[in-house]
Amino acid sequence: MTVVEALLSQEPDEREATPEFEAAAARQESRRGFLMALPAYAYLVLFFAVPLIIVIVYSFATRNRFGGTDLSGWNLDSYAKLGEPIVRDILFRSVWLALLTTIICLVIAYPFAYFLSTRSPAIRNVMLVFVMIPFWTNFLVRNYAWRVILGNDGPFTRTTEALGLGEQELLFSQTAVVLGLVYGYLPFMILPLYAAVERIDHGLLEASRDLYASGYQSFRRVLLPLSMPGVIAGSILVFVPSLGAYVTPEILGGAKTTLLGSYIVTQFLTARNWPFGASLSFVLMAIMLVTTIIYFRKGGRTL
Amino acid sequence: MSSAVTPRGWTKFGLHLNGWLVYLFFYAPIVLLVIFSFSASRNVGTWGGWTFEWYGEFAGTQNARNALEASLKIAIISTVISVVLGTMAALALERFTFRGKQVFDGLLYLPIIIPDVTMAVMMLLFFAEFFDVINAVFGIQMRKGFNSIVLSHIAFNISFVSVVVRARLAGMDTKLEEAALDLYATRWKAFRYVTFPQIVPGIAGGALLAITLSLDDVVITQFVAGPGWTTLPVYVFGLIRKGVTPLINAISVVMLVGSMSLVALSLVAERVRGGEHG
Amino acid sequence: MNSTPAVDIKGITKRFGDVVAVDNIDLEIADGEFFAMLGPSGCGKTTTLRMIAGLDFPTTGSLKIFGEEVGTLPPNKRPVNTVFQNYALFPHLNVIDNVAFGLRMQGVAKAGARKQAVEMIELVHLGGLENRKASQMSGGQQQRVALARALVNHPKVLLLDEPLGALDLKLRQEMQGELKRLQKELGISFVFVTHDQEEALTMSDRIAVMDEGKLLQVAKPEEIYERPANRFVADFIGQTNLLDGTVEDASTVCLANGARVRAKSSFPVGEKVAVSLRPERAQIAQRDDAVDGGSAVDGVVESVTYLGNARVYGIKLDWMDLEVREENRPGATLHEPGSQVTIAWDSEAVSVVAG
Repeated sequence: MTVVEALLSQEPDEREATPEFEAAAARQESRRGFLMALPAYAYLVLFFAVPLIIVIVYSFATRNRFGGTDLSGWNLDSYAKLGEPIVRDILFRSVWLALLTTIICLVIAYPFAYFLSTRSPAIRNVMLVFVMIPFWTNFLVRNYAWRVILGNDGPFTRTTEALGLGEQELLFSQTAVVLGLVYGYLPFMILPLYAAVERIDHGLLEASRDLYASGYQSFRRVLLPLSMPGVIAGSILVFVPSLGAYVTPEILGGAKTTLLGSYIVTQFLTARNWPFGASLSFVLMAIMLVTTIIYFRKGGRTL
Repeated sequence: MSSAVTPRGWTKFGLHLNGWLVYLFFYAPIVLLVIFSFSASRNVGTWGGWTFEWYGEFAGTQNARNALEASLKIAIISTVISVVLGTMAALALERFTFRGKQVFDGLLYLPIIIPDVTMAVMMLLFFAEFFDVINAVFGIQMRKGFNSIVLSHIAFNISFVSVVVRARLAGMDTKLEEAALDLYATRWKAFRYVTFPQIVPGIAGGALLAITLSLDDVVITQFVAGPGWTTLPVYVFGLIRKGVTPLINAISVVMLVGSMSLVALSLVAERVRGGEHG
Repeated sequence: MNSTPAVDIKGITKRFGDVVAVDNIDLEIADGEFFAMLGPSGCGKTTTLRMIAGLDFPTTGSLKIFGEEVGTLPPNKRPVNTVFQNYALFPHLNVIDNVAFGLRMQGVAKAGARKQAVEMIELVHLGGLENRKASQMSGGQQQRVALARALVNHPKVLLLDEPLGALDLKLRQEMQGELKRLQKELGISFVFVTHDQEEALTMSDRIAVMDEGKLLQVAKPEEIYERPANRFVADFIGQTNLLDGTVEDASTVCLANGARVRAKSSFPVGEKVAVSLRPERAQIAQRDDAVDGGSAVDGVVESVTYLGNARVYGIKLDWMDLEVREENRPGATLHEPGSQVTIAWDSEAVSVVAG
């Protein structure tokens, strides 16, 4: 507070207005704003921008025989490695599972968001709270819950047996990973979608029906286009973390379902190939940046 | 709200069914986890009669208790610092223009959209180099641990706090501040008595988000944690990878209750504020 | 009344980047005057008000309040207060704390500030509502709180930015009277910004008409209406018909169709001008009926709009359209669309403005 106080204190000035005074006042405002931003600015430069640059530098470095990294001798070896079949498979699998997760979330969340927006305000608030709770609940714990359910002799197996489907094993499969991701990120899809759908004037739907649209047509031609910002925001919020997911595949996935996130971690914690890990991280970030830039280009503003 | 455009028939049925299934999907796993945490069976997914044994084991495990304590310490310290820095950043961006503003704005967004894993790698490599530099310049031996975890958590939390506070500031009419100035308030008093009370909910929301994210983080913390310092989620994650045990059920439920208490606290706070208004 | 002007503006210009919001204006507002600033949105009237308040600083020029230069003084150091558009009441404070805010900021002790606030709340007829929040009050009540919040500080000049803009018609009229009453009672100048010309005409002692950052005319309401300084003012204040023409001599204008009409002006001979004819100043008669008055033009009735207390005729002339308004008196002749009519007016009824 005292810092803010010092920045907002002012000197009285009893003079006729001149362009010089105006410019000086503008400069002073600008200086105050800069000083106000400075602590966070400096922090992020030191503890975010510099680390980011270090990652990029590392991605061009060489791994030596002892698992250390030689920063001299820059080369593109780590990026060349991205073309290897194993790595390519992991990249494609990660993108595919992230896309699948996004689509499933969208299919579940859209009707849900619309349903929510048609409830009376009191009920809607209660329903929203019950969407917010999983949103705020520890992610690791929520994934772990599925490990318990899908686990050996757990509730899932018992249910499939009771239904006469035999002993189904879901754990350590891609299906389990997608299930965990959908479970983890569904609130990220519901909330922006709801925000977008709720803003739409109900009268517009009535108008479209008045103008001879069928129920489907008024969804397709009015509701969906108007809620597009929510669809895009929700999709990015689900796609980006799914693509870099590490915890979920580690808990619910198996050896055959290695995804990009886990693969990167492996490079650092076990394989000790830091330059390659750095290049993979950079690729992951690049995909994320391109996705979000496309979103902002399309006129989206809120994430 | 019923009119000709309200869905009817199968569409209506589908919407309702989907609604209830979503809630079932959200809450069934959580409820089952809570139930099994009281199960006496050694097999985590099997019911074996009531017991509190696993909670007792949690209380008796020194490592788990240390991890819990570390988690709370790290969360609180990183939240306090990121709330101060994030709020100032939000004020600067919403109420001032200055050179470098756009770059700052972009830089502030990056930690939000960057994947956890990438940020974890960034911090790992950074501290590998940074501590060497510190050692060379100041001659202090610094090792990964409490400091590196807190510094990393602040790095992503500043952004989340500033986004939440900014949204609140953007929704506040600047005429209110002008009215305060017109009514003989200095710039500082206008902030203290008008702007600040208006953005308190945003600051509280930002703080809640920061503390939650700090308590949630696994990947980044795992990369920058050092000997003797681990947080509860990283500890639990390590246990899960070794194999699931009823102890994990109990710790998970404790974490669950922690998260939910935070949410409940924020809801109560909102209710109190709402009561003042309405 | 004080002979020093309450507000004295000399050569004030305000630029926002490349946009000139206020363009070199001079303006004096007397003490105790009810002064309106009128113009379309974006004309610079609100910027001028904000400069008097100190919320914007002029780029150049001198701004004095009771003789004291305040051009670069921050708002909290000026003896003026503002009633903001949409009121800007502090949502986290109740009525009494809103009203006491200015006093508290000036260092008045809490008890004293509250006591004065209560008195002021009584003065604006809101006694008993001291502990309400702004959000729990109607628009009219919020308006009164905003007034009380400004007036409790005993400003030397009260500034009002579209104060009645958010109210419905009935409340508006009630508040117009209330504002007049308060201003008389307090004896200080009220400077108020509005885009509603009727409001400006009925309430103010003097009106300043602005457009595109320029001050077009500053005068009493009658003068603005009767003798507009230019085409824009004539058109903006009330309804009018502008008949283009050229000055032939000091009392004759030759219209675009060649007809000569009597209209006094001081423009040089040959100057392009427009004759401003108010719809209610013209008389309408069947073509062959005799009409008295100085000038007349022939036309055809195109439309009739019934207003209850009057009828408005749309008249088609050979070279332009006119509007004529006729009071709905018993026995008034109704002219059907298509009728051949003559429009006549007295030479005193028109004014000549630069074309």
